[in-house]
Amino acid sequence: MSQLFRPGANTFAKASVIAGLGIALGLGGIVNNIERTSYVTNVNVPRDQPVMFTHKHHVSGVGMDCRYCHTSVEVSSSAGIPPTETCMGCHSQIWSEAPILEPVRESWRSGKSIQWTRVHDLPAFVYFNHSIHVNKGVGCATCHGRVDLMPMVWKENTLLMEWCLDCHRAPEKYIRPKDQVFNMEYKPEGDQAALGAKLVAEYKVRKLTDCSVCHR
Amino acid sequence: MSTSQHSPLVQIGPPPTAARPAPAPIEMDPQAALEVMRDHVAGQTGKRFWRSLEELAGTPVFQQWASNEFPDGASTWSDPVGRRRMLQLLGASLGLAGLTACTKQPDEKIVPYVSQPEDYVPGKSLKYASALSLNGYAQGVLVESHLGRPTKIEGNELHPASLGATDVFAQAATYVLYDPDRSQSVLHNGRIATWPAFVQAMGLLREEALGAKGAGLRILSENTTSPTFAAQMKKMLAELPQAKWHQYDSVGTDNARVGAQLAFGQPASVQYNLAAADVILALDSDFLTQGPGSVRYSKDCGRRRKLVKEAAHDSAAAGQAPAATETHSAPATHEVAPKLNRLYAVESCPTATGSIADHRLPLASAEIENYARALAAELGVNVGAATTKAPADWVKKVAADLKAHSGSSVVIAGDYQPPAVHAIAHAINAALGNVGKTVNYTEPVEASTADGFQSLKQLTDDMNAGAVKSLIILGGNPVYTAPADLDFANAIKKVAMRVHLGLYDDETAALCHWHVPDTHALETWTDLRAFDGTATIAQPLIAPIYGSHSAIEVMSVLIGRPELTAYQAVREYWQTNKLLAEPFEDNWRKALHDGIVAGSALLAKTTAIRADLATALPAAKAGSGLEINFRPDGSIWDGRFANNGWLQELPKPISRLTWDNAAYIGSSTAAKLGLGNGDLVELKHAGRRVQAPMWIMPGHAADSITVTLGYGRTRVGRIGNRIGYNAGTIRTVAAPYISSGLEIAKTGDTFKLAATQEHHSMEGRDIIRVANAADFEKNPQMWGHEHPPMTLYEDYEYNGYKWGMAIDLSACTGCNACTIACRSENNIAVVGKSEVLRGREMDWIRIDRYYEGDSDNPGIYHQPLACQHCENAPCEGVCPVAATMHSDEGLNQMVYNRCIGTRYCSNNCPYKVRRFNFFLYSDWDTQSLEALRNPNVSVRSRGVMEKCTFCVQRINYARIESEKEGRKIHDGEVITACQSVCPTEAITFGDLNDPNSKIAKSRRNARNYKLLADLNTRPRTEFLARVRNPNPELEAPQAPAPAHG
Repeated sequence: MSQLFRPGANTFAKASVIAGLGIALGLGGIVNNIERTSYVTNVNVPRDQPVMFTHKHHVSGVGMDCRYCHTSVEVSSSAGIPPTETCMGCHSQIWSEAPILEPVRESWRSGKSIQWTRVHDLPAFVYFNHSIHVNKGVGCATCHGRVDLMPMVWKENTLLMEWCLDCHRAPEKYIRPKDQVFNMEYKPEGDQAALGAKLVAEYKVRKLTDCSVCHR
Repeated sequence: MSTSQHSPLVQIGPPPTAARPAPAPIEMDPQAALEVMRDHVAGQTGKRFWRSLEELAGTPVFQQWASNEFPDGASTWSDPVGRRRMLQLLGASLGLAGLTACTKQPDEKIVPYVSQPEDYVPGKSLKYASALSLNGYAQGVLVESHLGRPTKIEGNELHPASLGATDVFAQAATYVLYDPDRSQSVLHNGRIATWPAFVQAMGLLREEALGAKGAGLRILSENTTSPTFAAQMKKMLAELPQAKWHQYDSVGTDNARVGAQLAFGQPASVQYNLAAADVILALDSDFLTQGPGSVRYSKDCGRRRKLVKEAAHDSAAAGQAPAATETHSAPATHEVAPKLNRLYAVESCPTATGSIADHRLPLASAEIENYARALAAELGVNVGAATTKAPADWVKKVAADLKAHSGSSVVIAGDYQPPAVHAIAHAINAALGNVGKTVNYTEPVEASTADGFQSLKQLTDDMNAGAVKSLIILGGNPVYTAPADLDFANAIKKVAMRVHLGLYDDETAALCHWHVPDTHALETWTDLRAFDGTATIAQPLIAPIYGSHSAIEVMSVLIGRPELTAYQAVREYWQTNKLLAEPFEDNWRKALHDGIVAGSALLAKTTAIRADLATALPAAKAGSGLEINFRPDGSIWDGRFANNGWLQELPKPISRLTWDNAAYIGSSTAAKLGLGNGDLVELKHAGRRVQAPMWIMPGHAADSITVTLGYGRTRVGRIGNRIGYNAGTIRTVAAPYISSGLEIAKTGDTFKLAATQEHHSMEGRDIIRVANAADFEKNPQMWGHEHPPMTLYEDYEYNGYKWGMAIDLSACTGCNACTIACRSENNIAVVGKSEVLRGREMDWIRIDRYYEGDSDNPGIYHQPLACQHCENAPCEGVCPVAATMHSDEGLNQMVYNRCIGTRYCSNNCPYKVRRFNFFLYSDWDTQSLEALRNPNVSVRSRGVMEKCTFCVQRINYARIESEKEGRKIHDGEVITACQSVCPTEAITFGDLNDPNSKIAKSRRNARNYKLLADLNTRPRTEFLARVRNPNPELEAPQAPAPAHG
């Protein structure tokens, strides 16, 4: 009986093992990278909203503070989305006839909430608390980016766990003085590493990397 | 031990199928099992501590339970899916699993308020004071509300009936609120109608009644303490003098009311001051878990059952007298602990109170009256002579002990004992000089002191006689709860106009022309009094979910003021009667805020035992044959909580049965009658029959059985319908609680009962430690020093907090409040009877009940067991995906999103405290139940492990709040759900790194011990040994052996 495989088949077999591994790794790499693309994470994708609200105009144009609308950011886990009443506080006086604000006036007339699309959407098993971050010197812009320059808000960061841990493992890289937390234009004076280390000590910031800090 | 083809004593797992040949079935003839048990018990050769008769006898069935990680079948695929199919599914799911990473998160909407209410902060909860009631008596509560959605009940520290704790029923109230099966609309002749239509119909009824001065109009309500309701009723009866108000509770405090009338010739309410009581005698009274003052009594009694003795810290050999004074480097921590009290219990069916008593005497309920009379005679109180079957010592020596503690003792008669026993107890307390010290009398708390059973009987007689034209039932479900011999269902059909107000479209609603959905206690304004008269203006937490209306609103209609809301009615009552100090508005708001009206407790009134009591007392009834006791169910009371999944799945106190009621019988009587656990029998009593499964209750009095009410309902909802048997069908109005002449006939069938007592067994290791106080005082190191074994692992370092828990077994009554509180706080799923039978109940904290010694009167011990948060946690090392980890504050964390469901952790846990979601147990579909959940805790899905987290959400909250203020967490700032609710304060939690914390002090108590310490798991939860304070006169001397199981 003649040989089924010629000597060259050995090479083919070896090559196919290596190629198979390569394909498996490649596929893994593709999956790994797909979940980091903005297609999945929505990073840098401005989201449609029921009202064409622009942060750029209200913050850098009009000069409003974040906390005018996001009232509970310093005290609660949730920063708070302003009730229609907050919008109407001004817009019953100015731009009170603007067609762009009709959904706001409609909400006020009918008593039905405006339904915003959530831009920063954490999974349900993550329990994030705004107040402790703000109170420990994490600026709004550190996570949310330059919202003051965004006409329609998009997500600046992936909000993947690796991104959270980047700061939770080394908070000194990002921490700023508490009085600069709401300053959108803040840039560290001098060396962030030195300033960060000093602030971490001063604010008693801990490296909280235990699972139960965020998952419960 | 012979195996036979009879049905097994305990059926385990699914029945063997052809596809999967079962291993040789381990079965045992119930009769044979019983004989083995009896032999063991008689010869006292068994273990000292045991959890069930099967364990005591060492039956093969039990061995199999104990040796398996989960009960047989618990870990297997129980759907009718074969092995091949399962492998296919496994392969497919593995292949598809990777794809889940590719799913995009669906868009989520944010729905802000249009106009945000003041004080509402998204992400923060608010607490409001209110009150819940059972049998009409208030229990003050604080209700946690998330943006207007009540989710969790806590006790109100300011309220005298709560002092910060609650009972199981209050904890389960939120489940009733969101029950999707609640009645949702007004019904007229079974068709959906409207409230205005009802108001119109009632307007006509009122006009008609006014013409006839109320003749033929009857109102039937449950016992109530509401001043507003009572005032409305008074007004209505003044307008309609011939109308009548009837009151009926299926189980209630009627006997206590009639008993007080009997003793004093005038109505009175009785309160006990157990903080001042050194010796307590409970006559068939479960005062620690049942009745209007039970939570308060648990608090007072519990504080006097904890022995504080600091452990010596030198390494002196065990047995040497320890240095009694400060040896610890920490600051002085000596607290003056109150003197231990002594508790005697005489009862038929073991109760929570009996289980923690220092002496317990099983005595048939009907015999207790004779015992009380004999005791009275011994104390020189003339209530008529009697001969008792109780041992002479129990009369003489208990009497001597009571007498020795004149003024600091108390005799408490049970609510289900006849009025005569209450009267005798009052007479004994008076003779002992306890009145004004441990016993106080006040004017009655209730709006009416009528005897409910007589009232219902009169109503039924009148209905049968055709004297009732219209009947308005405000709450309650008499068609189901009325004693069977009244035949209420037929009598009510003779009434021309029948109206029912109730939470459910139930058995009574089905027979009424009108049904109005009642408001839940958290949906309406009302006012209620506590056991001592303290009034609470109970505010709602949420607008009625289904547009329901309260009894006060229906009464408003009946008094011709249909526009009056419950809020207006209550406020008007308090304002016009000037019951709050001026300025009214300020004090009204303060009363709402505090949850009590300051100074509203009733003042003590002087009472005198009537001189002719001995002749006024009815003669003791001599029963013959088997005795039958009718008792409320420990979980679902009289059936009103039948549709409450949390309560249905709650293992009942002592028996640890879930989802069913059984007929409890003592072990020797069961042996005499040849009955075993699960035997289906026919109970014949008063000419009626009902089929019931038997359950052997060690410690039950001989020749007596106990049945519990509330089951066998037909119209309550998808959870409560058609489970259990209705014991009410053999109940009579003449003897509603205790009766005799019961006949039992075996049917030959068996019934599967889901008891959890053998689940998660720890097989008699050193689990429960018990000592007599005197022995312990002499030798606090009686259990020897604990030397933790060496370990290869490096110790963790805790620079911040180091959380720890302690559970005092001396105080735990096994009342289950912690289990329910944990369910409510941590979104724990209900799994159903079939899953419980497989040992898959999900409770994070369970109560293990152990028996000790003689099965006719065993010692009964409770041990709440949750995750021990071990330092060397066996679960952590075996998780292949690091889903369970050690935190830097010492918590054993469980990360659901990492868990892949290998269950290795549970397999490796020596405490059996991990729970696995074999199926999608959490209800993700029913909309109303979504509102029930705590938003701060993940709702678990299928395929993940879960367990106690030490309420990490509460720890995180406190940590964040303290960090924001730049301080450390105070001792007592983190209170776990189980700790907060515990009526006896048995649970302590705190930071072990703080030497002044309560938990650190508890660790220095000589009673402190670790569970299974020799495994070197170094648990973070430790226990305090149970200390008994027996009467040396009454106890046979026994060797002071260390109580190793």
